Amino acid sequence: MNKIVFLVPLFPLLGFLINGLGRKSLSKSAIGIIGSGVILLSFLTSCYLFSIVASAGEGQLQTVVTLFNFISVDAFTIPFAFQVDQLSVLFLLIITGIGFLIHLYSSAYMKEEETQHFGRYFAYLNLFVFSMLLLVMGANYVIMFIGWEGVGLCSYLLIGYWFKNNDFNYAAKKAFIMNRIGDLGFLLAVFWLLFKLGTVNYGDVFSQVASLSTFDIAAITTLLFIGAMGKSAQIPLYTWLPDAMAGPTPVSALIHAATMVTAGIYMIARSNILFTMAPTTQTLIAIIGLATAIFAATIALKQNDIKKVLAYSTVSQLGYMFLGLGVGSYTGAVFHVMTHAFFKALLFLGAGSVIHAMHHEQDIRKMGNLKKYMPITHITFLLACLAIAGIPPFSGFFSKDEILAAAFTKNPLYYYIGVGGALMTAFYMFRLYALTFLGKFRGTHDQEHHLHESPSAMTIPLIVLAVLSVFGGFIGIPEVFAENKNWLEHFLSPIFAESTKLVTTEHLSHSQEYMMMGIVTVLIAVVIFIAVSKFKKYAGEQEEVETGVGKLLENKWYIDELYNSIVVNPINAFAGFCKNFIEKSGIDGAVNGVGKLVSYSSRQLRLIQSGQVASYLLIMILSIVVFFIIWFNDITIMKFLNKLF
Amino acid sequence: MPIQYYIYFCLALFSIGIIGVLTRRNAIIVFMCIELMLNAVNLLLVAFSKMHYGAALAANPNTTAGIDGQLFVFFIMVVAAAEVSVGLAIIVMMYRNTHSVDINFLNRLKN
Repeated sequence: MNKIVFLVPLFPLLGFLINGLGRKSLSKSAIGIIGSGVILLSFLTSCYLFSIVASAGEGQLQTVVTLFNFISVDAFTIPFAFQVDQLSVLFLLIITGIGFLIHLYSSAYMKEEETQHFGRYFAYLNLFVFSMLLLVMGANYVIMFIGWEGVGLCSYLLIGYWFKNNDFNYAAKKAFIMNRIGDLGFLLAVFWLLFKLGTVNYGDVFSQVASLSTFDIAAITTLLFIGAMGKSAQIPLYTWLPDAMAGPTPVSALIHAATMVTAGIYMIARSNILFTMAPTTQTLIAIIGLATAIFAATIALKQNDIKKVLAYSTVSQLGYMFLGLGVGSYTGAVFHVMTHAFFKALLFLGAGSVIHAMHHEQDIRKMGNLKKYMPITHITFLLACLAIAGIPPFSGFFSKDEILAAAFTKNPLYYYIGVGGALMTAFYMFRLYALTFLGKFRGTHDQEHHLHESPSAMTIPLIVLAVLSVFGGFIGIPEVFAENKNWLEHFLSPIFAESTKLVTTEHLSHSQEYMMMGIVTVLIAVVIFIAVSKFKKYAGEQEEVETGVGKLLENKWYIDELYNSIVVNPINAFAGFCKNFIEKSGIDGAVNGVGKLVSYSSRQLRLIQSGQVASYLLIMILSIVVFFIIWFNDITIMKFLNKLF
Repeated sequence: MPIQYYIYFCLALFSIGIIGVLTRRNAIIVFMCIELMLNAVNLLLVAFSKMHYGAALAANPNTTAGIDGQLFVFFIMVVAAAEVSVGLAIIVMMYRNTHSVDINFLNRLKN
């Protein structure tokens, strides 16, 4: 295993170099094949790694593979090492597997781009996958941080892919800056760990965690969580994710649904022992996660841009994952990461297919009845909606149920609020579904004429993802249905073993769990029915002006405006002050002052050059006299004069 | 005659020359003042030469001390003569161009 681990990130890196450097000379199909092929190779390698990890017995697995020393100063070393264990291979499969499907999809979706931009796009995508693999595979926080920053960079590059549109550039900048705020927290946490423990290797840190004081652990975990907030779009750093929809749709699917945003969850799941030992941070995570889940869901209820709805739904689902982490259900969170990756990638790719067919129209009010024209997209999209809404036996049901059940044992209030969010999820997803695929077509005739199903390079990923969304949940069947059949929990148990020892979980009685599931499922079904029947009839003629809460939701609670007024505008004002005052009169004043001084003094000196020979001579004579006085000191002169007179 | 007298006299001559050069505007008078300064120096050189010769003669009847001072005088006179010829030529040309020998009129090179 040791010999091939490095291949997993190497392939995408090679793809990045080839596509990046050869973007002007390679043909589009070559770029597409290279770009997708390297990810496929990586995926196959990951599958091989997975089979090794899955078949290894307890304690047999050597998880850390050190390649070389990355930093080595005195006694302190940071190895460039990869960690291949149950958690990371699972993420490797998600990243490379879904990554490959999205690359394949992109090769058709981005066909209309110029060759050179097409190459740039694939180069960025490959670089992104490379960074994400580094993040997941790193065996210490520093390697993780390299990947962490790398995905931030790639997300900036890909959101701003259409760089000629200034709004997109702003969205890209917003994503980058928001991420940077979180990254600072992460970085501080790493420094704190280094300062207290002198090491950043996962193994060493987790084994020495007991030597840390409660305050240290709480501070480190909070800072790590701030990092996760930025990367995984939680309150208050979530606003970049909806704006990140400026990038091409497959990018949204890859980065903002399936992989990058799960980095925070991966990081917390990886450091689960730290978080388990910091109950205050866990409570904080649970509350923030829950708040984000609800908050984003309310916004999603009123959005009209197909990608915006999905974006807020991503934020909301990420909130659930954090709720899972916060209540100690690490397996549940990872499970939800996985199922969410399936159905959210599917939703985004389906949305991409719709947008492609609608000639870049993204407003769902102008769609409708697309099921007639796009059967495959329609069916797969419907399956994804059912999965995300949590209808059994689709995958979302199992993962969401696991998180909510864990939340119930921790605090029933979490559960009730979480269920409220789940109902909203069902509502907005089926509102989206009904407006897009049902009812009658509300676009222009021209658009209707051109409606068509997408090419097979786009529909095949949809079908594969749909299958995964439907059946993906069966790897984590809850206890209540089948004793000891929860494969995922068993598989991941070595990772979370230390944490499970520390907490005693009380199990719900089976009858109670059945009842809860039943009620929630019925409620969700009712909500879906209401949403579909309400929005099926939507004709789009009446431009209703939203009032009250509706307006508030449509404008996303005015959070962007709030941030603008409390952060952006003061900083802009300060920058303006610096520019107009400090720079102009201070720095420019000093620089220009030197110039002005020279100019002024030379103008004055020029007056000496009068052209009058006599004045030149006078100066000459005076100079000679002065020279004499300096050359011979005054005593010599006095002696001479005394002698003379 | 004590050497001081020569020095006073030369100093006076030289000062007159300087003041003349600085204050007068007539090119010919300026020229004459320059000559005056040169001659003041010449006179001083000769005087010092004589002084050194006289002092050295007592010790050695065949001395040549101070002879170089007189040599310099000849050099200066030759140079002065050459300078006068060039300078006068310049003044003649200047008069032809400006119809004046006022040197303050010739300040057009200042810019």
